Amino acid sequence: MVNLYPLKEFRFPIIAGCISPDVFQGKNREEIEELEIWEGNKQGKLGELFKVEEIRKEEQQEKTTIVIHGDVSKVRRIGKYMTGGEITIHGDVGMHLGEEMEDGKIIAHGNVGEWAGSMMKGGTIEIHGNASHYLGAPYRGSSRGMRGGKIVVHGNTGNEAGACMKKGLIKICGDAGQFPGLRMHGGTIYIQKDCDGRVGGCMKSGKIIVNGFLESVLPTFTIEGIKKKVKIEENEVAAGPFYLFLGDLTENGKGKLYVLKKKNPHLSNYEKLL
Amino acid sequence: MDIAVRGGKIVEKVKESRAKKIDASGMIVMPGGVDIHSHIAGSEVNTGRLLRPEDHFKDFERKTLKTRSGVGYSVPSTFTTGYRYAKMGYTTVMNPSMPPLEAKHTHEELNDTPMVDKATYPLLGDWWFVLEYLKNGEIEECARYVAWMITSTKGYAIKIVNPGGLEAWGSGRNLSSIDDQVPNFGITPREILRGLCRVNKLLNMPHTIHVHTNNLGKPGNYLTTLDTMKCVENLASENKPVIHITHCQFSAFKGSDWRTLKSGVEEIAKYVNNHSHVTLDMGQVIFTDTTTMTADGPFQYTLHRLSGNKWVNHDVETETSAGIVPFRYRRKNLVHAIQWSIGLELALQIQNPWKIFMTTDHPNAGPFTSYPRIIAWLMSRKAREVTMKKINQRARSRSLLPSIDRELGFYEIAIMTRAGQTRALGLRNKGHLGVGADADIAIYNINPETTNPSKKYKTLRRAFENAVYTIKGGKIVAGNGQIYKDVKGATMWLDVQVSNPVEITEEMKRRFREYWTVECENYPVTENYLEVSHPITVKAEV
Repeated sequence: MVNLYPLKEFRFPIIAGCISPDVFQGKNREEIEELEIWEGNKQGKLGELFKVEEIRKEEQQEKTTIVIHGDVSKVRRIGKYMTGGEITIHGDVGMHLGEEMEDGKIIAHGNVGEWAGSMMKGGTIEIHGNASHYLGAPYRGSSRGMRGGKIVVHGNTGNEAGACMKKGLIKICGDAGQFPGLRMHGGTIYIQKDCDGRVGGCMKSGKIIVNGFLESVLPTFTIEGIKKKVKIEENEVAAGPFYLFLGDLTENGKGKLYVLKKKNPHLSNYEKLL
Repeated sequence: MDIAVRGGKIVEKVKESRAKKIDASGMIVMPGGVDIHSHIAGSEVNTGRLLRPEDHFKDFERKTLKTRSGVGYSVPSTFTTGYRYAKMGYTTVMNPSMPPLEAKHTHEELNDTPMVDKATYPLLGDWWFVLEYLKNGEIEECARYVAWMITSTKGYAIKIVNPGGLEAWGSGRNLSSIDDQVPNFGITPREILRGLCRVNKLLNMPHTIHVHTNNLGKPGNYLTTLDTMKCVENLASENKPVIHITHCQFSAFKGSDWRTLKSGVEEIAKYVNNHSHVTLDMGQVIFTDTTTMTADGPFQYTLHRLSGNKWVNHDVETETSAGIVPFRYRRKNLVHAIQWSIGLELALQIQNPWKIFMTTDHPNAGPFTSYPRIIAWLMSRKAREVTMKKINQRARSRSLLPSIDRELGFYEIAIMTRAGQTRALGLRNKGHLGVGADADIAIYNINPETTNPSKKYKTLRRAFENAVYTIKGGKIVAGNGQIYKDVKGATMWLDVQVSNPVEITEEMKRRFREYWTVECENYPVTENYLEVSHPITVKAEV
């Protein structure tokens, strides 16, 4: 296990793709301190910004566990490309947490910056605070979003959560911003509370479940029926009844949008169309 | 054998005691590489850069003491383009499509492309002036205007893209054969091709017409390609080429739709092997994420509909059109795998390496940085087999590649990547190491006597990825993946001298005012616009 303590309050963005169990694997404290990171426009060493503490256990674990104690809200790309192991952060985290990760687990006990779990392929990210915009969304311009794995947010999220998603699950226990599931073509987004609207714009496939208030459904969605329950994942079912909408018709999409009936009486006029 | 260099040229000999010596024993010495077709500059490329931020963020180069920073994998920024070419031992690059209206932008970017000599081809196949004069049969008049255009846009050759089709695209249509009528002009692609081919001869241009065929990227288009080659057959004389079909891979599809797609290489190779008036380049597909960009607006629209990817499309006033679509070639996709196979079949089935050149039509079929990989495929059957095992099975069963045993040698590669291209381009001082040639030299660390490229294709690939020395104009500019010196390359352009040059009449000004957004006076690119200008004077016959 490796403990990292930030040595100061960071003023500049820090690019630290090297904070990953794959990179730390098999390295001792000195080697970890020598890893290169960027602070603003200057290249530096990890040891100059973090106090590294290595705790060796008797039996060597297969993959390293990293624990960060403190505020790292300026530190970007933690857990980039990780293929196993675990990162726990006791504090806020910066942008691009777990970018393109393939496996392993990241637990953040604070708020998380934009693009958390961006383009991830597998593994789990658990966020106990709020997540910002572009949760699990691809880099600007790209259409290759999340392709697997699971993100659980216990707080709220910003806009465009799960944009261009293809596979996997995003579970938001709080509220979601605008455009969740923008251009998604697979996978599941489960919003347990309210949503700011424009759900599933340009979606082609996949499903989005809104378990709270949704002011309106995009005009390019059509009502398909009323469902009693929806399967979220193995052993988890959301109880309804739900309005089921299909869309987005501008893209000839067949994505499924479930909206809880109880919390959205203003959508009842759709029932006439059934 | 020694090669002596003085004053940027290769000379008979120099004083040995005072000269700097490079020991290249056990290595391959070739002339600097030449790329006949690579989209590296201009408004189209720049729009591609804007369209693709996701292409940049993974591939970036930091600033060093000698080089500038840059980004981009399939559409790299200008400086990075120059550096990467130099690292591979390339010293001359041709930018193949420049809408004349965007000439200034193109030359600004070419000025900023270091390390390589370059030139650009203006798109003339759909220019209204050309269409009108050809329709009226006024070949000489047409030639005078083409000469004016080449000189005022500082171009190097006549580029024709989907002749007539781009004009039709202005009104949302396309042409499906070389005998279809162009709307509003009553002229056919056949007449445009033949007309411009004759204009090209009248002007004594060093390069032939550079043609992107009609119907590009459609199943069954190998027949159009054959028609295109045949239609200028009787204009050839003295066994000299009169037409260059570019990125022929995209024009060699057989079959009635995408499901029945097959390779049409057999017929094309048979024709090219029996005729000497054609040269081709490959347009080899690389399995990667790239950006397609051509002046062929209708084709790019089709590609956008096929792939569902984001796109840009543009109709350039009276001259041409353009389109850009990001594209990913996948091994497991039937069509892409067949395309991969077609490119290699072309290079291997055409017997004479002076007729087929190595390109990826950068970035349309893949970035130019993949050239070493293509060299490995061409020189090693084993390398082809390894890739073939990974591609779509149905494509493999339809491919001719397993039946082709031919493996190219180093001399053939040198012709396909250098000598052949310069001969086709009419660049006399490049592409060879004879006395009087420009001292553009690439040295690769591979010993042809001890290394069998057929078996050691990975060593071969690595050797061609980074030249040990790249010498440009007699100076060592790069080597071993490093840039030693940031040099400016020259921009070559044709100063076409006609006996009766075009005068800017009131009539012409009126037409510019009516049909262009640019006034006639602001249109030409003056020579002081080019940072390192290298005019090549040609005397025309009109």
